[in-house]
Amino acid sequence: MSTRRSVALSANNLSKQFGSRVAFDDLSFEIEAGEVFGFLGPNGAGKTTTVRTLGTLIAPSAGEATVAGIPLTRDNGIEIRRRIAIMPESPGLYPRLTVAENLECFADLYEVADPPGRIDRALGAVQMADRAHDPCGTLSKGLRQRVALARALLSDPEVLFLDEPTAGLDPVASREVHDLIAELGRGGVTIFLTTHRLEEAERLCDRVAILSTTLRTIGPPAELRDRLFSKSLVVRTRTPLKEPRAVFDRLPGVDGWRSGPDGEYLLDVSDGRVAAPEVTRALVAAEADVLSIAEAQHSLEDVYLQMIDTAEARS
Amino acid sequence: MSRRRVMAIVRKELRDYRHNRYMLVTMAVVPLVFLLQPLIAVLRLPAEAAVPLRHQHELLYMLGIPALAPAVISASSIVTERQLGTLEPMLTTPIRRREFVLAKALAPLLPAVVVSYLVYGLFVVLLELFAHAGVAPALLQGSVILAQLVFTPLLALWGIWVGLAISTWVSDVRAAQQLSVLGSLPLVALTTMISLNVVHATLGLALGCGAALLVIDRLGGRVVSAMFDRERLIAGGR
Repeated sequence: MSTRRSVALSANNLSKQFGSRVAFDDLSFEIEAGEVFGFLGPNGAGKTTTVRTLGTLIAPSAGEATVAGIPLTRDNGIEIRRRIAIMPESPGLYPRLTVAENLECFADLYEVADPPGRIDRALGAVQMADRAHDPCGTLSKGLRQRVALARALLSDPEVLFLDEPTAGLDPVASREVHDLIAELGRGGVTIFLTTHRLEEAERLCDRVAILSTTLRTIGPPAELRDRLFSKSLVVRTRTPLKEPRAVFDRLPGVDGWRSGPDGEYLLDVSDGRVAAPEVTRALVAAEADVLSIAEAQHSLEDVYLQMIDTAEARS
Repeated sequence: MSRRRVMAIVRKELRDYRHNRYMLVTMAVVPLVFLLQPLIAVLRLPAEAAVPLRHQHELLYMLGIPALAPAVISASSIVTERQLGTLEPMLTTPIRRREFVLAKALAPLLPAVVVSYLVYGLFVVLLELFAHAGVAPALLQGSVILAQLVFTPLLALWGIWVGLAISTWVSDVRAAQQLSVLGSLPLVALTTMISLNVVHATLGLALGCGAALLVIDRLGGRVVSAMFDRERLIAGGR
């Protein structure tokens, strides 16, 4: 039995409107300390505005929230900002200043102890120690993104908001950022990750939420897949079965089936581990040349597209 | 109010000025313009002109430097941060609005005052070295020197508040700079008129202007702080 950890971030009917335009509406969720939480949604869904609201840059229009355990109010802005860090989508570095000078400014803004040591550690964490004296304007986009991440780590935040941290990065740089996020998560930092990259969310996040102005769904990626899509087995045979109905109809654990091209069959099952042995036996009995029997995998992308399509159909 | 946070931004701004060609040009060209005109006029004066010069305040023309240069620099301060995307990370730190505005005012104030005093010193040296006999002592009156020293920071701060107010409001750097020049023109016009004897410099006028600038400079910080709306600056709009 797992013990319940403390809540690092919560929102309760949180909404934000700019005039008549609704940025996000009626958001309610809780994020536990140390959780890596993915926030997914199409452009204009309200992800960045949510981050800015929770980061005390923007006041909510309605609802309540707590950030790093502190109620989100106008008076608590500074106390909350001491405990969080936000890495916006654009790195926002001073191009004429060196990497170290950029970080030095922020170390002083957070009033951290031993700024040089802290800067060295942050740069070491993003493998940028050897570029400390380069002007930020001379760095590639990937390196600037890493400096921005180092800047976010300077204050040892309890909650770290990462807004599209791998946008525009090449696969190797993305992988390095992913590894760093995973390491931070293991280190107990609560991470609120907004991203378009679904494989990123699937790989890194304990839970994800899909936002399209309102919250469409929330849960661990695997649970969302199970919730939205029935499980299925994909059977491949060398040649099409002569009488597939005789093989699959009334088979225990198989709720339905349909034929695919070139000896492929898709079987709806309630539990793959129960159905697969039964299916194997039936295929052997029918003297079928079985190539493979595998559980069909639905990706987080399938979940995402399903939720966004549903949202668009409703609107 | 955290001194460390304020100084973090001041240091950052000063480092940025050092590498910013536009800032360096502004800091060089504006003083040069305000130095050359009175210098040429004064160096051409014959020795006989020394006596009537005692009633003129040619040197006050150079008060245009602190009135104009820091205004142009501070006008680009916040709007440039918005355009570079550096304002958002800055405002996600624990910095208070008043600290941010104070730092943004102190950063251009220091070089503006130093450059103004240096240019003034250079003017005095050139005057002593190259002006005709009697011209320098006639122009370098104690009251004028005192006015120059006292009004330089007061005018610079006025220009800075005007520049920062504009910078928080507009979303285009060039528009901000042009508006800041317009905002500084009344003071440049006043100092020019005094130096040309169109407006007669009296102790009463000096005390009145000094008091007014003190009040304006004190209120300026509050007004700019009130105008500094995080939400509008981050989420967009004008």
